[in-house]
Amino acid sequence: MSIEIRNIRKQFGQFTALDNVSLDIAAGELLALLGPSGCGKTTLLRIIAGLEKPDAGQVLFGGADATHTHVAERQVGFVFQHYALFRHMTVFDNVAFGLSVKPRRERPSQEEIRERVMKLLKMVQLDWLADAYPGQLSGGQRQRIALARSLAVEPKVLLLDEPFGALDAKVRKDLRRWLRELHNDMHITSVFVTHDQEEALEVSDRVVVMDHGHIEQVGRPDDIYEHPATPFVTQFLGDVNLFHGRVDAGQLTIGSYEQALGQHQDADGDAAVAYVRPHDLDLTLQAAGALAQGRVEHIHAVGPVVRVELQQADGQTIEAAVSKERFRALGIVPGDTVYVTPRKLAVFLQEDAGQQDYVI
Amino acid sequence: MSNILNLRHSVLPGFRLSFGITLFWLALIVLLPFAALVYSTVGMGWDGFAAAVGSPRVIAAIRLSFFTAGLSALINLVFGFLVAWVLVRYPFPGKRLVDALVDLPFALPTAVAGIALTTLYAPNGWIGQYLAPLGIKVSFTPLGIIVALTFIGLPFVVRTVQPVLEDLEKELEEAATCLGASRWDIFRRVIFPATLPSLITGGTMAFARATGEYGSVIFIAGNIPMVSEIAPLIIVSKLDQFDQQGATAVALVMLGISFVFLLLINLIQWWAARRHGAR
Amino acid sequence: MATLTTESRPVRYALTAVALVFLFLFLLLPLIGVFWEALHKGWQLYLAALVEPEALSAIRLTLIAAGIAVPLNLVFGVAAAWAIARFDFRGKSLLTTLIDLPFAVSPVVAGLMFILLFGANTVVGGWLQDHGLQVIFAVPGIVLATVFVTFPFVARELIPLMQSQGADEEQAAIVLGASGWQTFRKVTLPNIKWGLLYGVILTNARAMGEFGAVSVVSGHIRGETNTIPLHVEILYNEYNFVGAFACASLLALLALVTLLVKSLVEWRLHRQQQASTLRTAAARLQAQAAQP
Repeated sequence: MSIEIRNIRKQFGQFTALDNVSLDIAAGELLALLGPSGCGKTTLLRIIAGLEKPDAGQVLFGGADATHTHVAERQVGFVFQHYALFRHMTVFDNVAFGLSVKPRRERPSQEEIRERVMKLLKMVQLDWLADAYPGQLSGGQRQRIALARSLAVEPKVLLLDEPFGALDAKVRKDLRRWLRELHNDMHITSVFVTHDQEEALEVSDRVVVMDHGHIEQVGRPDDIYEHPATPFVTQFLGDVNLFHGRVDAGQLTIGSYEQALGQHQDADGDAAVAYVRPHDLDLTLQAAGALAQGRVEHIHAVGPVVRVELQQADGQTIEAAVSKERFRALGIVPGDTVYVTPRKLAVFLQEDAGQQDYVI
Repeated sequence: MSNILNLRHSVLPGFRLSFGITLFWLALIVLLPFAALVYSTVGMGWDGFAAAVGSPRVIAAIRLSFFTAGLSALINLVFGFLVAWVLVRYPFPGKRLVDALVDLPFALPTAVAGIALTTLYAPNGWIGQYLAPLGIKVSFTPLGIIVALTFIGLPFVVRTVQPVLEDLEKELEEAATCLGASRWDIFRRVIFPATLPSLITGGTMAFARATGEYGSVIFIAGNIPMVSEIAPLIIVSKLDQFDQQGATAVALVMLGISFVFLLLINLIQWWAARRHGAR
Repeated sequence: MATLTTESRPVRYALTAVALVFLFLFLLLPLIGVFWEALHKGWQLYLAALVEPEALSAIRLTLIAAGIAVPLNLVFGVAAAWAIARFDFRGKSLLTTLIDLPFAVSPVVAGLMFILLFGANTVVGGWLQDHGLQVIFAVPGIVLATVFVTFPFVARELIPLMQSQGADEEQAAIVLGASGWQTFRKVTLPNIKWGLLYGVILTNARAMGEFGAVSVVSGHIRGETNTIPLHVEILYNEYNFVGAFACASLLALLALVTLLVKSLVEWRLHRQQQASTLRTAAARLQAQAAQP
């Protein structure tokens, strides 16, 4: 079922959690809401679920207005960050809960409930734990039971709040892949909230990046990573180096470095910031055509990529990531002066980066 | 000493001193009197014990004590839960004052509570005057004992249930709501089972306290033999007649029955805790 | 508060009303009754009941008993909490249970135990009496019974408090070179002072108000071995209601002060906790902001 979110606003006292947010979610899609804590992503998820009422705006399920539909009637599955399993019930009773509270007319028979619960437990590969209590399970197992419980009522929409947030790194990776596969099998419209960009980019069909109660960018993971729409998205998606300069009629100037951009054609000597990811910076020993220069401070040579930290004359640091081969060819040691050239950069005029106070 | 105690090493000093003071004071104030009780029990002999406890008046008193204590504990389970629920969940003016008031039975000396309740529930008292025309007599009847014991036991239930209700995660109720459960379903199947262990604990504490209660009861009970005479009063009146052996025998029976109750309830708690795993 | 996880308004109002009516009838009305009965015949009678010699003697004895029991149990409570909350040793849970024992015993049985120990016809009691010390039906017995019933209060307040605070701060102090006593005075005491105050207040309230245990060992000798609660009983049984309730009102006032201090202490502890959560939250925010 598709979900449409129209002009949603939500205030908590003085704090604006959501400021006029609109978003379309296609049926069968797996969507990630990504952002730092306090950006409004969880509030948006809870409003979709009906756990929170928006101050203004509408939520449409399959084209029909569901803004005032009670949670219990929305047919959403919600998976909580800390699982919210009923600890006095067995795993089986937890999963069966949604079926057993249905009004008598709609309630399946005992055998039918048993069959459906066991099928779900098999699906999450925990049928052997049916008689255990939540307290006896590991974090990853609890999370899978929470998921099975939410699926038992055959929801039209599955909502997950930081589903892997409370798990350790290894389990987290396994569960991510598993969730992706599960979604491929079931094709239920799913939305999950995360503050981990790697998780969002890896698992979802589309990513919604949020900050300060509004949507910064919506797009496919590779799209967002390659073409971040705002400085915030650029910085949030990974490590990045900042270079300050000017743009005049599509021509970028940073110190003596110049480059023609395919954008900002109408800029008129505006201050601009160029963002370059460490692996998009090449190191050279030639000054000609270099973006900047610096003294090598640290070299981290563990793994396939060598990370080199440079210090510029003004004290700013630059981080570059080069391949082992390239590093060997350069033969640099701490204390050397090297030059950097960008392979790819994202340039934003200063007015776009307005909220952040950069020192030029 | 630290060898016998298997003391784990710590950089903090003062174990010998603090442990010494603790043990000395415990031995003097608590263990010695208990030893005296055990000593005189051993010297009593079965016949003396049976004669002291077997009389119909004593049996009636012990029965009355446990019956009224049980009933008042049940009343407190219902109203104590309700009070805790309202204090945790619903906003109302003067809440902090009401919250503080709940501890009154802990702080108010029992004799004061006793004479105050007796006066309130006497046929011409503030409450008694409305009950008398209905034919309900409270003061000087077993009903009065239940009123006094309910007063004494209330904070035990409220104060054990209240923190559990406060710590109950909101997500549990939200999860149940998402799964289509009604408020009543949620209360019955999620909230109530989660608070049940604390209810049992609080109810047990109220019950245990009520079986031994003396000060607040003797005024309102009227102390009519076979009707409204409680077991602690039997102990006192035997002591007044210098029948220490008889008093000891009754005390032992009281302690024994209380012990069995406590053991049972601890077993239930232990079983429940084990079932529900580590958390 | 989210409307989702609560009841409909009528249900809420009805439940609140039932709870409040119950509390009014069972708790507030008796309290009001005490003061009304004490004062409704006028101030003069009230004051006269308080300054008559037997009342004064009862007040004096109550103050003596509490004055001895409270400091002793304070020292004991702090020592027990230090040993139990700061060290790991075999038999710790047994020790904790034994400390709680006086709570589990009927006050009447507590009094009985002291009679069995110190009564005139027992070995210990007889020996003490031969040497000129009468315990039962005298002041020492009253003090002993009071100490017994108030035995666990301070330890009970402090042990969970100190356990939840952990020993990190004290260990840090020792590592920094503080002596044991300095550590206790400068680190432990400031951390537990509110809990300690509440424990003392509770001990005091119970010490001054104890009836059953003291009643058994006192012998009810007017003007000599009567505490305020015992005096209240005598006056009440003589149908001197104004006198009984006047003395009772003193104890009720004490109860009100106890409740007040308790609320205050809880408020302080709550604020302490809130301040520390705020500090950690602020630190976390700063750490986040510091990241590029």
